[in-house]
Amino acid sequence: MTSLPDHDSTDTNRATSTYLCIGCPLGCRLEVDELRGDIVEVRGFSCRLGKEFAEQEHTDPRRLVTTTVAVDGGRWPRLPVKTTATVPKAVVREVCRALTAIRVYAPVRLGDVVAHNVLGTGADVVATRDMPLVETKGEDH
Amino acid sequence: MIDGRPHVLHRAYDVVVAGGGPAGLGAALAARRAGAQRVLVVDREKEAGGILLQCIHSGFGLHRFGEELTGPEYAQRVLHAALDDGVDVLTDAYLLDIGPDRQVKLLSTEHGVSLLDARATVLAMGARERTRSAIRIPGDRPAGVFTAGLAQRLVNMHGVLPGRRVAILGSGDIGLVMARRLALEGVEVVGVFELLPHANGLSRNIVQCLHDFDIPLHLSTTVVGIHGRDRVDRVTVAPVDEQLRPVLARAWDVPCDTLLISVGLIPENELSRALRLRLDPVTMGPVVSSAMETSRDGVFACGNVVHIHDLVDFVSAEATLAGGHAGRFATGQHPTPDNVRLQPSTNVTYCVPHTVSTEREHTVYLRVREPLLRSALRLSTPDGRVVHERKLRYVVPAEMVTLRLRPPLLEGFHGDTLQVEVLPR
Amino acid sequence: MTVASLDVAIIGGGVVGCAIAHELSRYRLRVALLERSTEVGFGTSKANSGIIHGGHHASPDTLKGRLEWDGNRRWGALCEELGFGFARVGELTVALSDDDRPALERLLRHAEEKAVPGVEEWTRADVLRAEPNLTTDVVAAVSGPTTAVINPYEACFGLIESAVHNGVELRTDCPVLGLATDGEVWTITTPDGPITARFVVNAAGVFADRIAAMAGVSDFTIRARKGEEYMLDKRLRGLVTHVIYPCPTPTSKGTLVIPTYDGTIMIGPTADEVDDPEDVTTTAEGADRVLTAARRLVPGISERDIIAQFAGVRAVLDTEDFLIGPTAAPGFLNAAGIQSPGLTAAPAIAAMIVELLRDAGLDLVPGAEPGRLDRPVRFGGLPTPQQERLAADDRAYRRVTCRCELVTEGEIRDAIERGARTLDGLKFRTRAGMGRCQGGFCTARCMEVLARELGIPLREVTKRGGGSWLVLDRDDLATGSEPG
Repeated sequence: MTSLPDHDSTDTNRATSTYLCIGCPLGCRLEVDELRGDIVEVRGFSCRLGKEFAEQEHTDPRRLVTTTVAVDGGRWPRLPVKTTATVPKAVVREVCRALTAIRVYAPVRLGDVVAHNVLGTGADVVATRDMPLVETKGEDH
Repeated sequence: MIDGRPHVLHRAYDVVVAGGGPAGLGAALAARRAGAQRVLVVDREKEAGGILLQCIHSGFGLHRFGEELTGPEYAQRVLHAALDDGVDVLTDAYLLDIGPDRQVKLLSTEHGVSLLDARATVLAMGARERTRSAIRIPGDRPAGVFTAGLAQRLVNMHGVLPGRRVAILGSGDIGLVMARRLALEGVEVVGVFELLPHANGLSRNIVQCLHDFDIPLHLSTTVVGIHGRDRVDRVTVAPVDEQLRPVLARAWDVPCDTLLISVGLIPENELSRALRLRLDPVTMGPVVSSAMETSRDGVFACGNVVHIHDLVDFVSAEATLAGGHAGRFATGQHPTPDNVRLQPSTNVTYCVPHTVSTEREHTVYLRVREPLLRSALRLSTPDGRVVHERKLRYVVPAEMVTLRLRPPLLEGFHGDTLQVEVLPR
Repeated sequence: MTVASLDVAIIGGGVVGCAIAHELSRYRLRVALLERSTEVGFGTSKANSGIIHGGHHASPDTLKGRLEWDGNRRWGALCEELGFGFARVGELTVALSDDDRPALERLLRHAEEKAVPGVEEWTRADVLRAEPNLTTDVVAAVSGPTTAVINPYEACFGLIESAVHNGVELRTDCPVLGLATDGEVWTITTPDGPITARFVVNAAGVFADRIAAMAGVSDFTIRARKGEEYMLDKRLRGLVTHVIYPCPTPTSKGTLVIPTYDGTIMIGPTADEVDDPEDVTTTAEGADRVLTAARRLVPGISERDIIAQFAGVRAVLDTEDFLIGPTAAPGFLNAAGIQSPGLTAAPAIAAMIVELLRDAGLDLVPGAEPGRLDRPVRFGGLPTPQQERLAADDRAYRRVTCRCELVTEGEIRDAIERGARTLDGLKFRTRAGMGRCQGGFCTARCMEVLARELGIPLREVTKRGGGSWLVLDRDDLATGSEPG
């Protein structure tokens, strides 16, 4: 566990924001101290990802998007997908809305790209499972 | 492919595993690696993967694989690992019974009724959701009341929506995840109502599913009535007092057409009961030794069927342990007995496994009853002598505590019972 | 002059209507049963206690009292013929103090007057030996060995399926909107057009007064008396083996402790008058009353044991008796005001209605020997060799749909073939969804099978017909439309 060098504890312009880390389900309680627009200290993380998350969440909150898209000819009518990187929290809903226009066709392999650079975020949207082609209605019964 | 069907069902197996989710697949793989030749996984769905197939969100595998995976990705990974190592996976199949003579009765679309010999079996059937009836909400019985898991299946697998204006009872993780899911699908989520004064689910879900979407979380509130003749048209909610009794004078109506119930999971124990296994009345799952063996010789168990886990990574670890012992059991090596009983005491609702040995290393999982900001885990003899103590960070009921128990920690202890407590410090 | 397309139209598919349909199907007649819901028995009948009363409860001064014992005797044969469950568990009416003794005396007198066999007084010792979980406050009891328990909805399905098999037409989702007669033929207005019949039998339960009013013979009013019931966990099986009654009051048999045919213990019902004949809500207050009363009889019952609850509405007349017979309107007969012991009396009511129809001029020519339907398959309860055979011959029996009750997809498909159209229709025919998980696992599967067999999308599958839609698709959300 590391933290930034000792601060001047009497500085009254320091502001502390708290966040719940979402890096993994442990949910560490993070505190970010900001002074004159810069982050001066981060506390409460228990892994490198937690510290990075705190800084990110404070300056530019981002989220991974997981949803489903329509798929034809597969075992199920919906294909679960995810963004390959986080996108700004503010565009999450829009990403999902954009994906309602997508329809893919079985067979699909895990990792297949269903949308490139969605809404210019730099993230692709990929399948998170194989979706086998079901030839006739009877095959699965 | 995400599944495989054997065309041939053998008459005898070394290990038969009931359930093809992460627990069952993990146990099957471990059994193979422990030397079992013929290992069969039986799963009731069209494809193996268990509940993970409908958990399309991420958060799985950070500990086990060092990557954050979605449910389906984690499932596919463990399934392929099992298949690659020669595990048979039979889907659209159901394990009906395990006879006293280790004869397993299966029902499968592929083969009909089959009777097989199994040297060892592993129960990995997972969990089911607590239901409305179990918590007795008066009123009508209209369409539109679903458990959160059922709604999750309907939305993520069948591609339909449970309604257009949804209230959620219980802040369990499944309900929180569905709040986000539904919000992203354009469904109005009017609020989450939680009986207790604190949220039940993981904090990451409170943030990502409620805060992110401005969905209100009403703590110390419960649903006291469901209304609507054919379909839900509103629910009545009320705050509760310190004894968790509704204060009806302050009740108010919430117009909605859907109520999701997310008040927790319990082990899927129909088969455990039918086999007359000793059950832990708190977990409602079987009592298990440190080898994950139940009260019946050669019947092992792992995953949510034993106790409800938060992280699938720990399910996989438990499954590896159970499967390894099952595999060795099948080749004639029975687990060495435990010599210490773990007794949940102050602020601990349960410990799994229920017994351990002073000679071996274990991972013990436990849950606390009440949250504590600064706490200590203490192991002591029944007459109060402290054997081991360890500092913990904040603990909450929603997040399982793991304790790595090594023989040196128990040096000098010669009793047969250890009390496990989590105390404030 | 209109020619009637039917000999008899029965309005109402509760247990009385279904019993009448079954009885009439023995004859060469054109008969139709019109039921407003999507499934038969979905009104009062499925919500009652399921008790075939011993025959000694209702006073022989009443019509219901005279039909009770007759009905009891007919049920055994009916269950045998139709293949639904019937368990003669016996009953105990329990006195908790000496003030209750006159009520016991009354029961013994009724039994004697109606020649009900085996009804006798038991001492406190007798009672506690037979029912060790009963309260030790018991002072004496009257035992009635003829009392039985059935699943009332199974009875409705069994009766109607046999009737349909033998030529009766069943119309569901068919509310009656109007009635008119030219003196010889009745014209019944339904949403699907008019139906004509020589005779009309009013078995419309809580709506019988409205139907009678349509026929111009509105000389009675039905009051609705709601009863809430609470099911307890299966692990309490054996808590009691007899149906346990407290001593009765003028309006109610009281809160009972009932070992149902399926082995669950049920407590209830309440008896509260309600304004709305469709008010089937359960209430926290009703639950408390039922628990208090049940614990008075069997102290070992706890509220934690409750796993399900429901309510039904009794159709009650001011006379507190049945109203069965012809009316001023020729060809229009009532079978109304059927409250307890309505289930018990149903086959006797049906026999009585058939006789009244004969008296009114209906020609009763026996038909061919009524065809017997196969009993519904219950895969889970079969011995292994039979399971093997069934699964070998028919793939549908190889897939488990309801895990808690072990119901296979074959049984779901069979239920749909026998008339199930809704989730509840499946539930009450197969028990799918009645177990510990209360449908958490099987609901999606049952919906899938219904959608597939009925050729409808998932959004058109309902819980119990009418507006009870279950799911929407994304288009519905966009357009704001509602399924069903």
